[in-house]
Amino acid sequence: MVAKYELNDDSVVVIIGTGAGGGVLANELAQKGIKVVALEAGGRYLPEDYINDEWDSFGQLAWLDARSTSGDWRVAKDFSGLPAWIVKAVGGTTTHWAGASLRFQPHEFKAKATYGAVQGANLLDWPIDLAEMEPWYEKAETKLGVTRTGDRTGLPGNTNFKVFEAGAKALGYKDVHTGRMAINAAEYDDRMACQQTGFCFQGCKWGAKWSAAYTDIPRGEATGNLEVRERAHVLKIEHDDSGKVTGVLYADKDGNQHLQKARIVCVAGNSIESPRLLLNSASALFPDGLANSSGQVGRNYMRHMTGSVYAVFDKPVRMWRGTTMAGIIQDEARHDPSRGFVGGYELETLALGLPFMAAFLDPGGWGREFTTALDSYENMAGLWIVGEDMPQETNRITLNHDLKDQYGLPAPNVHFDDHPNDTAMRAHAYKQGMAIYDAVGATRTFPTPPYPSTHNLGTNRMSENARDGVVNKWGQTHDIANLFVSDGSQFTTGAAENPTLTIVALAIRQADHIAREMGAGNI
Amino acid sequence: MTVQTMRQGMTRRQLLSRTVATGATFVVGSGFIAGIDAAWAMETTALKPTSMATLIQMARDIYPHDHVADEHYAIAVKGYDTTEAAPDIEAGIAALDAAARGKGHASYLETGWERDRVDILRAMEDGAFFQRIRGGLVTGLYNQKAVWPLFGYEGESYSQGGYIDRGFDDINWL
Repeated sequence: MVAKYELNDDSVVVIIGTGAGGGVLANELAQKGIKVVALEAGGRYLPEDYINDEWDSFGQLAWLDARSTSGDWRVAKDFSGLPAWIVKAVGGTTTHWAGASLRFQPHEFKAKATYGAVQGANLLDWPIDLAEMEPWYEKAETKLGVTRTGDRTGLPGNTNFKVFEAGAKALGYKDVHTGRMAINAAEYDDRMACQQTGFCFQGCKWGAKWSAAYTDIPRGEATGNLEVRERAHVLKIEHDDSGKVTGVLYADKDGNQHLQKARIVCVAGNSIESPRLLLNSASALFPDGLANSSGQVGRNYMRHMTGSVYAVFDKPVRMWRGTTMAGIIQDEARHDPSRGFVGGYELETLALGLPFMAAFLDPGGWGREFTTALDSYENMAGLWIVGEDMPQETNRITLNHDLKDQYGLPAPNVHFDDHPNDTAMRAHAYKQGMAIYDAVGATRTFPTPPYPSTHNLGTNRMSENARDGVVNKWGQTHDIANLFVSDGSQFTTGAAENPTLTIVALAIRQADHIAREMGAGNI
Repeated sequence: MTVQTMRQGMTRRQLLSRTVATGATFVVGSGFIAGIDAAWAMETTALKPTSMATLIQMARDIYPHDHVADEHYAIAVKGYDTTEAAPDIEAGIAALDAAARGKGHASYLETGWERDRVDILRAMEDGAFFQRIRGGLVTGLYNQKAVWPLFGYEGESYSQGGYIDRGFDDINWL
């Protein structure tokens, strides 16, 4: 029986956002008997609703509210109003994610200690380490059913993987396999096995890929402790004179505003909306925004060093068939400054359909150089590069007072300049990616620029000391004891790995902490 | 405005006899253009027929695929044939023709070599008109389901049970 709470019930935990962070936290708290109201800006879409058509699905799921961009990153030129490709729906971006589920490497929790001073980078060590996170990673892997963890086998490789694997082995790479994926290789946890359909990014119509939309959310609701209000867009977090947060103001689907009271508020709106909400909640007591005594809210925006390499062969590949990202080379993920940069990167298989390939292969490109590439679409293979980018204070989310959203609130501006370390790493990764395909007979290769960001991180970062960041090692804000951050904006540094598994592990851990602190009467 | 398949009605001979312009498409009388093979025809309501024919040629010059018929380019740009869009489009086409005349051609459509037309486009590629047409084509052309098979792209596979039993790992040349 689904819970229903009163607006003036100030005993509930309010969670803003229902993705990998908020959706998991909502279920974990509900399982512990804690009353939760989860406010989700988007609507509810389930596998039967997902559309296996790239543009139609984008229209259904993408977060398309007003945003602006600045900085020297190419996304600001190519997609000036779309800095990020994330989802507005119950389950958040877990509908869209590829499923790649990797633990951080030990040194990646200690980037400052490992890399030393990097000019222009605002590096900091996480206040936690891999040893502390290991049990939480294991819980997350079990929840998501990650392949090649526990006793779960790997997914079979599709054509795109076979090309990738053959090239990798020709280059001497050793750590090459079909990935640790939150996509079932065999039936698991009432979800069926992958049917190799493609369209992983458009929502898995089989439910073979883990998404909070059809796992954690309904399970949390089934406890009777969780109420999910969809199409409820949070505008502001309210506080009292003592500085404790007391509730949130949100607009419902008709634009009517409501104030939901709360004992605790957890912000999980992804790394653009979460800091924006804290900044838009500025008050006389907190003129720079909530939880911002450090001045770090919105800063250190990271998006991973990314790029793609596509290659054309003289024979068909048909890369769109099968699991989109079940393929990884991990040899370059190590920290090895002899390559000319700190940190490392992963190489993962990737395919786009023809419509998105036309949009993303070389944005703005035209003429025969461009179209002859698409003429060979059937003979194309592809990979994605994802590596650690440097946190920089000036890469940040700010309020754009000249651009308003549909509620009249300042839209977020996303400023990003590549750090020289990011640029050096990308150049290295392009070279290796092209070499992989050249080794198996590519006739042309394409070092493809970054897409709008899918990994948005770091804008409310975790720190040991309150002066260095926004939240402590539990995701609790340094300034306000009953205000938490529960998404990837907590990340102190980005690591090379796709972030979702770590977001989920942190959310499970945070639920434990919140329950403990509530039980002790501390919050 | 509609693009319709012309399997009956007008023969290729009849079309040619009414043709008043050359190029990839034929302008047939007033308010009406058609493909040279009479496989398709299009009525225009707001744009001049020669302007629509020019726009179709421009679309092909921006994203040239020799195995994709004009009909698909026509579908990709037909949305500009509205009273709202027409003034800007006509102005853009006029600028295109002026640029062609500046290089000694009678018009853009009558510029014989693709490389010469591309030179004209390169000189205006940062302008609003070019970017509007190019940007619109990214979805207008490549998101037409009818062109997908021409590139080998199969679209959705869910309705057929995915590729698990239909060749997801079928590659024999490695």
